[in-house]
Amino acid sequence: MKILVQADAFDLGTEVDAMRHGRTDIGAIASFVGLARDINEGSGVAAMTLEHYPGMTEKALAALVDEASARWALLDVTVIHRIGRLLPGDPIVLVAVASRHRGEAFSACEFIMDYLKTQAPFWKKEETMNGERWVEARASDDAAAARWTDS
Amino acid sequence: MKLRLLYFARLRERFGVAEEGIEFAGASVADLLAVLQARGGVWAEELAAGRAFRVAVDQDLVALDAVLHDGAEVAIFPPVTGG
Repeated sequence: MKILVQADAFDLGTEVDAMRHGRTDIGAIASFVGLARDINEGSGVAAMTLEHYPGMTEKALAALVDEASARWALLDVTVIHRIGRLLPGDPIVLVAVASRHRGEAFSACEFIMDYLKTQAPFWKKEETMNGERWVEARASDDAAAARWTDS
Repeated sequence: MKLRLLYFARLRERFGVAEEGIEFAGASVADLLAVLQARGGVWAEELAAGRAFRVAVDQDLVALDAVLHDGAEVAIFPPVTGG
């Protein structure tokens, strides 16, 4: 398991290669990369700054990975979330999940992202033509996370 | 009891403070919120019933009836928007 909160960029290929390096029991790796968009709520975004709660962030991400590992048979998980100032097109978050079969990998990857969106203490502030604004939480993110408890 | 309070993101900016230590005579998170609301102004506005914010005690999200202990780290912040 690898959980990192960092200002630096990451590379999906490098992370996936590291995950499967030296082992032959992995049958599937599902990954997700979230990117900074140039538009949100109908207006242009020139840049965004990600703030977090040092200490709780790492603890919350580890709890998400533990929860996913309890639900599915996972062989490895990598979660990397960036902080600081990012430009449109920059990668923000990476989740990669390795398992024996694709079903577990797909499900766990989506589960971790859905819970990260509602549980991990990160906040985005956008720079727009009209000044800075804090991004508001979306009800659709709560609904996405709730799917995993309703079923 | 002594509490260490932390504020993040929009609430940190609105309150104009990132961190403070207070002496607290109540028991629960709800009691603490009442103390902070009593400061008036932006405190009363942002922490009013029905406003969206989250509370973490010792870095775990908690409900308003959570009981506090001496030396607890209590963070108050807006709903999260990472990912």
